[in-house]
Amino acid sequence: MNRYEIRLSGAGGQGMILAGKILAEAGVMVDNLNISQSQSYGPESRGGASRSEIVFDEDQIDFPKVIKPDLLVCLTQESFDQYGSDLKSYGVIIVDSRIDISAVRQEFKDNVYQLNILDLAARKIGEEISANMIVLGVISRIIQNKIPVEFIKKAIIEKVPPETIDINMEAFDLGFDLKLDKRSYIYGRI
Amino acid sequence: METEKYLRMDKLPHIWCPGCGHGTILNSFIRAFTESDLDQDKTVVISGIGCSGRATGYLNFDTLHTTHGRAIAFATGVKMANPNLNVIVMTGDGDGTAIGGNHLIHAARRNIDLTVILFNNQIYGMTGGQFSPMTPPSDMATTAPYGNIDQNFDLAQLVEGAGGTFIARGATFDPRQLKRLYLAALKHKGFSFVESFSQCPVSYGRQNGSGDAVEMLKSQKKNTVDFKKWQQLSTEKKQLLYPLGILKEVDSPESEYTVRYKKIIAKANQEGAL
Amino acid sequence: MKTKIFKPEKRAVLLQGDQAVVEGALAAGVEFFAGYPITPASEIAEGFARELPKIGGKFLQMEDEIAGMAAVVGASLAGKKSITATSGPGFALKQENLGFATMVEAPLVVVNVQRVGPSTGLPTSPSQGDLMQTRWGRNGDQEIIALAPASVAESYELTIKAVNLSEKFRQPVVLLLDEVIGHLREKIYLNDSEEIEIINRKRPTADQDPKSYLPYQQTDDLIPPMADYGSGFKYHTSGLFHDQSGFPDGKKETAKLMQDRLHNKLHNNLEQIIFYQKDIRNDDRVAVLSYGSTARTAISAVNTGRKDNLKAGWFKLQTVWPFAEREVAKLAAQVETIIVPELNQGQLIREVERAVAGQARVLGINSYAGELIKPEAIRDLMEEVL
Repeated sequence: MNRYEIRLSGAGGQGMILAGKILAEAGVMVDNLNISQSQSYGPESRGGASRSEIVFDEDQIDFPKVIKPDLLVCLTQESFDQYGSDLKSYGVIIVDSRIDISAVRQEFKDNVYQLNILDLAARKIGEEISANMIVLGVISRIIQNKIPVEFIKKAIIEKVPPETIDINMEAFDLGFDLKLDKRSYIYGRI
Repeated sequence: METEKYLRMDKLPHIWCPGCGHGTILNSFIRAFTESDLDQDKTVVISGIGCSGRATGYLNFDTLHTTHGRAIAFATGVKMANPNLNVIVMTGDGDGTAIGGNHLIHAARRNIDLTVILFNNQIYGMTGGQFSPMTPPSDMATTAPYGNIDQNFDLAQLVEGAGGTFIARGATFDPRQLKRLYLAALKHKGFSFVESFSQCPVSYGRQNGSGDAVEMLKSQKKNTVDFKKWQQLSTEKKQLLYPLGILKEVDSPESEYTVRYKKIIAKANQEGAL
Repeated sequence: MKTKIFKPEKRAVLLQGDQAVVEGALAAGVEFFAGYPITPASEIAEGFARELPKIGGKFLQMEDEIAGMAAVVGASLAGKKSITATSGPGFALKQENLGFATMVEAPLVVVNVQRVGPSTGLPTSPSQGDLMQTRWGRNGDQEIIALAPASVAESYELTIKAVNLSEKFRQPVVLLLDEVIGHLREKIYLNDSEEIEIINRKRPTADQDPKSYLPYQQTDDLIPPMADYGSGFKYHTSGLFHDQSGFPDGKKETAKLMQDRLHNKLHNNLEQIIFYQKDIRNDDRVAVLSYGSTARTAISAVNTGRKDNLKAGWFKLQTVWPFAEREVAKLAAQVETIIVPELNQGQLIREVERAVAGQARVLGINSYAGELIKPEAIRDLMEEVL
């Protein structure tokens, strides 16, 4: 597997940093795969901008941060505005459906998948904070030939509080089953 | 003489000025240590900077002459690293209440088993007579040429408020009481603190017209009273006199810091620990 | 000293750089930590708070950075391998007692996970701005050893080396991480402790008579045997210049003798202290010289550049102090240009220029507002000079 770069962005409290850690832990389970995971955040524990980055590579990882993402997730308008135009030409952008993406760069129009992650989390799971598990489900589907789904599930079980495993798994499955068609503007709203 | 084995005789005479009270404190400490059953080889004496800081050089133990104000912080490290050691701190009023005041209150708060002897001569002597947090208001100092406007600490109350479990005050005019206080402090399990009034005829006395050492000792005696008598005094009179003796003694070895840390070690080694 | 410590068949774990410091220190025999919370080094304190009591070691959260440094010196004198951790503002506060540790030759390690300064600066962003503070932050002339890991694996490996060097040379050692390395999570392979070389300080021999013990003896190797407090030697330790007995004598000759010994005990043994890695081919015309997280950028730029046949190589310092003067001079004779990327306004480059002494062109790339240098920036400069 060549170098693969993921950037997760959102607001503090949306669990992007935990999601990054889980992806990295899952990567540890894959033999001969190197991982670098980093994050940036403000002084707030809740709110404020938050960003988590994961780099996978079978070769040695020289530069440890994302250079140009293969996969970008934006859960807030602010994060989309900041990172939405930084992507590999064949990359994927997962954007929450509340975000106005009209300003997306022409060349990335076909790369954007808009999914109603936050609404789903609030309505189906009852906790907007589980949006990160829906995101992990979506990502897991995209990278399943790189990191097996069961490794990510195992990492979730290890990382979340035991009493929340069920609800987190439910959210993960919900994300995994979301259709990633380009018309997911519509699909995502279900 | 038995006391001589606790002194580095080849380092004497000491550098303290004629009439200085610090030698009396050192003398009383050695007599107290001689009467204690503490092991000389298992005792570390730690000092900071200033006239009091030089005490460690004359004492025949493992001795550590540290940076200004930090003796208690170094001592905390020594004691935690090896709780079997008796750790004694000798500090001054500038060293221990100004630059080192934070360490004093926090060591008291932890109730770590240190014996702190604070040489209080109410002045920065070694640097030539600047005012310290223990210099009374209106006194003269080289940095208070128009008189001191700072309030001084009531040290015993400060350390009590911070959580010290043994607090005493003595004065160089009564070396026998000083010895008794040091002995009790050495035996106490927990943070013990003995404020020790000392006279500085050179850097303090000359600026304040206090007379020679004998005059200053007489003033000490005049301004102090035994704690038991002090308790009987009216509120007004209490404010005019410093009580001497053991002012507070709480016997609770279980609350001592290294003892409590041992319980942490046990907890961390239980099954299912973090 | 063994250099190859990591073996891929060992247990794979995901660790943060800060956690790897804790693991490395424990592997090296550290039993004492005292410190104060500060971003981005708090994870190190948290790790020791959790792990040290498990081995009967001691963790102390002190009232301030100064006290943390003081307590570590005290614990070292009481015979324990000791460590503290901080970031730039706390490192500034620790300087006086770090100088004291140098003066009394107390082995210990100070970790500085660098963030952007001056002052409170950018607490959660990386920097290499404390390089010169590490070298010259204290009053007076003095040597210091400082190692700078560039990865999580190296944070583990170099922490072990830092503890070993401190014990071997009775010398405080600084471990310079930066926010990126401290917070980075990477997959590393932890090894079994028996594979690690552990160095313990030289203590007086069993037949040493306490009466004739000289705590600062002028030995052949210039490193005096160190007695633990409480072991019966009853010796004096002072931040004043002292003679072999440990007592100050106020003589200028004593001060000179001691300063020379403190300097020479390291400079006579540079080959044991200076670690570096390099990949310079015979026909490379440019070398990128770096340390810490910046080395990751440098190596990335060189490796991708070579795919396009750029004649470039890299040289990574693991020991930043004492500076690898001889090695850099040799490098300068080999290549035409040395690029020095740094997360500051240009600190190491001064040392490089001094060592290069005109033999090669020296160019800096600097980022000092909290962003890593991108490989592109180095690539562009390499192309420009080639």
